[in-house]
Amino acid sequence: MDILSNLALGFGVALSPYTMFLAVCGCFLGTIIGALPGLGPSNGVAILIPITFTLGLDATSALVLMTAVYYGAMYGGRISSILLNIPGDEPALMTTLDGYPMAKAGRAGDALVLSGVASFVGAFLATIGLMLLAPSLARVAFLFGPAEYFALYMLAFCTLGGMASNNQAKSAMAACIGLGIAMIGVDSSSGLPRLTGGNLHLYDGVDFLVAIVGLFAIAEVFFFIESHGKESSIGVKLDKVTIPWRDIWSTRWTMLRTSVVGFVAGILPGAGASLGSFMAYMTEKSIAGPKGGFGTGVPKGIAAPEAGNNAAAGGALVPMLTLGVPGSGTTAVLLALLVTLNITPGPTLFTERPEVIWGLIASLLIANFVLLLMNVPMVKIFVKVLMVPAWILLPGVTMVSFVGIFSLSGSFFDLLMMIGFGVLGYILRKLDIPTVPVILGILLGGNMEDALRRAMTLSDGDVTYLLSSPIAIGLWVAAILGFVAPMFLRGVLKKPQAITD
Amino acid sequence: MASDRIFGLVALITAVAYLAAATQIQTNLFSGEYLPKLFPILIGGVAAICALFMMFRPDPEPDWPAAGSWINMGVAVVVLAIYAVMLKPLGFILPTAIAAGILSYQISPRPGPAAIAGVGLSLGLFALFKFALGLGNIVAYRIPTPAQLGDAFLQLIPFVGGH
Repeated sequence: MDILSNLALGFGVALSPYTMFLAVCGCFLGTIIGALPGLGPSNGVAILIPITFTLGLDATSALVLMTAVYYGAMYGGRISSILLNIPGDEPALMTTLDGYPMAKAGRAGDALVLSGVASFVGAFLATIGLMLLAPSLARVAFLFGPAEYFALYMLAFCTLGGMASNNQAKSAMAACIGLGIAMIGVDSSSGLPRLTGGNLHLYDGVDFLVAIVGLFAIAEVFFFIESHGKESSIGVKLDKVTIPWRDIWSTRWTMLRTSVVGFVAGILPGAGASLGSFMAYMTEKSIAGPKGGFGTGVPKGIAAPEAGNNAAAGGALVPMLTLGVPGSGTTAVLLALLVTLNITPGPTLFTERPEVIWGLIASLLIANFVLLLMNVPMVKIFVKVLMVPAWILLPGVTMVSFVGIFSLSGSFFDLLMMIGFGVLGYILRKLDIPTVPVILGILLGGNMEDALRRAMTLSDGDVTYLLSSPIAIGLWVAAILGFVAPMFLRGVLKKPQAITD
Repeated sequence: MASDRIFGLVALITAVAYLAAATQIQTNLFSGEYLPKLFPILIGGVAAICALFMMFRPDPEPDWPAAGSWINMGVAVVVLAIYAVMLKPLGFILPTAIAAGILSYQISPRPGPAAIAGVGLSLGLFALFKFALGLGNIVAYRIPTPAQLGDAFLQLIPFVGGH
């Protein structure tokens, strides 16, 4: 009955009016961020971090606010998928496949409500899963030494690289860019600067928030300048929103099944929510067979990816909290938040700061109900948000990014570097080089090197020490499989193209 | 094709330079001779291999924007860079209004709405940051001396400013 007493502790933290208020604010902001095309969960959370930090919120409050934003963004992503046929974030891509046809058939309201309920089921079950699984995984994590951690980081980069790009060399290159940047700065053991090129500003290293905001938010501006913001008008009409009970009931097993699939996909370090929604959709499509009519606007085709992607969002929190290895781009950003707040994720977090973990879990449970309320009866408000034109939205996002980074460090050098990362992000995305491994590299580079160094010190330079335990060997095998397998499975795993009018 | 090859070549040169810099990393008694160099050398090595792969097995060419869009994006970079260094000497409102206005114009080229967007965003965000969120180091406006402005611009030139 450990869990119950822990939950009681969590709800004690989460049910204070202030925390509740933050959770509701976070849900609202998150849904907007998710809904707006060009402002996904990763950059939404990223530009909010500096601001949260300067507001001086304590660790629990900041974490509650940001994870509420994170969950909210996962809910919100479906709105633009269904109404605009533009995924608000990457995992919502699969929702466009059936959501947009259903909306075009005059059932936009039904599609929104059904996907909202599916999101709720996925996210709720995943939060329960997180609650049950995370403490036991945290106990396993105590068995991890430097060799195991090094292998785990390899696994994260390999599976992320394997899934994120169509070209292994490019995703490995992206990871190297990130890791290479992470090495810049004063070395912790010798106290001497490394790879700074003599620039004093680089002695502190490159702040990952600068890189994240640059790569995600500033790069987005360049894409909009290129396209002149043409692609954002609502093509379907939304009349009355009613609750399609029959569709919800008929998709109940779909939702349950895909929640499990999504949750498992989310737990894999590096794989994340995109994989979750993809696998969920594909599983249901093959269960339904060709008669299922997937791709023509069937309820199951909407419920499956939404339950899957929200479950994966919850699942991705498991490795992030227990091992400190994020499962997706957005959890990487959340990890950055934890580090900024001076919380070290990992097994000790569960024993030393239980109020943070269980407060977080309890607020996630609460946030889910808030989000269900916001996304079903009040969905029309968020549809209005979609009408904000790109020529106001993007300059606004840019200015918020600048102020956020500026208020964090007050340094023009960081701002210039952020612009540089924006340009880099644009070029990388144009060349189909994924940017998430870059972020992960900057974020985890220091830890990864630390693990390697400690392993080398312990073994007196013996390389075989890295493969000295069954856990480490298992992780290396998984890493190599995760990196190599997608090359051969490319034909099977081909992503379906979004429907064009 | 060509894009991947060019990027691969640039990446290869960077990786080799990175490797060269990594072998020159200073060490001392506390850190040991090779530990601070080990991981950077590994990264440089892997990056060089990936760069070679990109050069010899390039993907199809991405659809790059037309020349006009490139100029537009270049202008945006310059505007943002100037904005970054002007934020301190001039305060928040004026640079933000100008920068947001220009960006807005670049996304949707209509002068009137762009100007309104710039001024509106500047004032609205200032109110939000200053009064609703209470961020400390946001100042409405400052009147700089010419010397301060000159300094700010010098910071844009690498290796000159920045002290």
